[in-house]
Amino acid sequence: MQIRSIEFKQRAAEALQDPILQRALNRARGGFVDKRAAAIADLPEFDALREDAARLKDHILDHLDYYLERYEQAVQRHGGRVHWARDAAEARRIVIDICRNAKARTVCKGKSMVSEEIGLNAALEAEGMEVVETDLGEYIIQLAGEPPSHIIAPAVHKTKDQISDLFRARHQRPRLTEVPDLVNEARQVLREKFFQADVGITGGNFLVAETGSSIIVTNEGNGDLTQTLARVHVVVSGIERVVPTLDDATLFLRLLARSATGQETETYTTISTGPRRFADVDGPTEYHVVLVDNGRAQMLGGRFRDMLRCIRCGACMNHCPVYSAIGGHAYGWVYPGPMGSVLTPLFAGLEAAYDLPNACTLNGRCETVCPVKIPLPDLLRELRHRQHDEGLTPAGERGLLRLWAFFAERPRWHERLSRLAARLLHFVGGAKGRIEKLPLTLGWTRARDMPAPSGKTFLEQWRARGRDDA
Amino acid sequence: MRDGRDAVLTAIRAALGRSANEANREVAPPARHVRPAVSDDLTERFQRKLESRAATVERLGSAHEVPGTVARYLQKWNMASRVVCAPSLAMLPWPKGSFDLHVGPARRDERVSITSCFAGVAETGSLVLLSTAATPTTLNFVPEHHLVVIRRDQIVRHFEDAWERLRRWNAENGMPRTVNVISGPSRTADIEQTIQLGAHGPRHVHVMIAEK
Repeated sequence: MQIRSIEFKQRAAEALQDPILQRALNRARGGFVDKRAAAIADLPEFDALREDAARLKDHILDHLDYYLERYEQAVQRHGGRVHWARDAAEARRIVIDICRNAKARTVCKGKSMVSEEIGLNAALEAEGMEVVETDLGEYIIQLAGEPPSHIIAPAVHKTKDQISDLFRARHQRPRLTEVPDLVNEARQVLREKFFQADVGITGGNFLVAETGSSIIVTNEGNGDLTQTLARVHVVVSGIERVVPTLDDATLFLRLLARSATGQETETYTTISTGPRRFADVDGPTEYHVVLVDNGRAQMLGGRFRDMLRCIRCGACMNHCPVYSAIGGHAYGWVYPGPMGSVLTPLFAGLEAAYDLPNACTLNGRCETVCPVKIPLPDLLRELRHRQHDEGLTPAGERGLLRLWAFFAERPRWHERLSRLAARLLHFVGGAKGRIEKLPLTLGWTRARDMPAPSGKTFLEQWRARGRDDA
Repeated sequence: MRDGRDAVLTAIRAALGRSANEANREVAPPARHVRPAVSDDLTERFQRKLESRAATVERLGSAHEVPGTVARYLQKWNMASRVVCAPSLAMLPWPKGSFDLHVGPARRDERVSITSCFAGVAETGSLVLLSTAATPTTLNFVPEHHLVVIRRDQIVRHFEDAWERLRRWNAENGMPRTVNVISGPSRTADIEQTIQLGAHGPRHVHVMIAEK
């Protein structure tokens, strides 16, 4: 899909003015955060698990080639096929070829962010195939013709009312208004599709080198019907998803469910290994895995390697004040929030996603909740440095930074100037102690007043109180 | 056709500063990870966790009580008498005529299935089911009611204990196509974060724990 991150400011402004979106976001905000907090309070070992998980991911990344080769051998041992895709176009071509060989007309899909990343649906549709998303959230946004706005709750921006209208229009049945009825209608419609599907495509949360298995987790069971009832099962996954053993996958699973939805476990964890066996009476007769690089190997060698630890739980966006205010669509691609603000510039370029690393308050909540301890604020700051080094930062901002740096390196001047500024701003603030308009900060003061300083600098107050009694 | 295989592996090795002849190096496996503490009464915890995720649980003296229990379950739900049963349970003393028992995978319109399982995990109250000729996967997902029989000695503490049993099983039988870990009925919260059971899979999961 087209990356629209360049329109971030405009779309963020629109999102803030959209009352329906704001209502949906408001409802979502507390839910995710509270449920996660409760799940973690229930597990005293949570922090120890995070330590282990971050360490294990680093170990895997250090030996990524080794584990991928062992994984590939194990898949082949069980009769599956492994395909390697350098980029999105190659990944699409591989999946199209598999579907063509299967003479596929209907393709069902379990939820997969990598398939969103490579723009798979549009490519299959262009080949004349019917592509059906089966995760309820993904199904809703597919009907609406929208990209996901959250990596685990893709339709979190939609209200029940909007979904009622959508189903009414697309299913051509009477309009339903209650959640159980809506879910039930989707169940009936999608049941038909599961049994029609020639190919079932799922993601892979983890790939197990020990057994050659792909693992998916769902609450709905849609991924299972997708892969069990179709003749061909295709797994699309990133190369960084491999883990050594089932025990290692378990460590991540303990963190994933709690971080994502505040559950101890999702309802279904499915470990798939190859096509149906000789004696089996159900299951697909072909099993393919498409390993997608698409920029990941390059990340492995540089400053952004930590980002490859990501297990796509969505906790960073659930706890992000910026995401909570504007939702996922403003970010302009498939990965929103803090993790998306790191990934999108790496995929799309520093300029095309210029605003994303800058639309961050560096409050650090994302890093605090990340189950694999990715230093997201540091990575966002590093992207800003690179934008600055490449001359992408606006001239005014660069000039001011240079000016500030000049004084910051000269403490006496800095203090004298601060003293002057503190007194001046105090005077401007007057009795109210607030400044309504200030040159250079018009964008900031348009929406709120700036609190005026007390008139004394920090150093002055520090000295007045005596350094030692602090 | 080799597709992007060599290019991707070469790019990974370049990023790691490794040469291709290091591909066959030995890598020391990662250390054992922390596991959550799990109280000693595994059966009690297994039941409690399952019930907390909207499954229903019944304790039986022995597996021979299963047919009678199934009959009562059908009566309670006032359901038509067709039941599909995993071949692994075909040898139970099913009574003639009280309900219409079929053995095999699930048909499209199946409402009730009965399966055995491979293990239970007390940690989260999860059932572990393998896809084999005697335990087809469709039984776990297509019907609205999924009834599962588990022996008490199949309940283990952690997932890692279940994987240990799986490795032993694999050594004899080979890895099954699918290992399904199931923790209650199907659910979704995709419409306004409202939890709704029976999204795509079974609306009801009923677990019978047999002493032997």
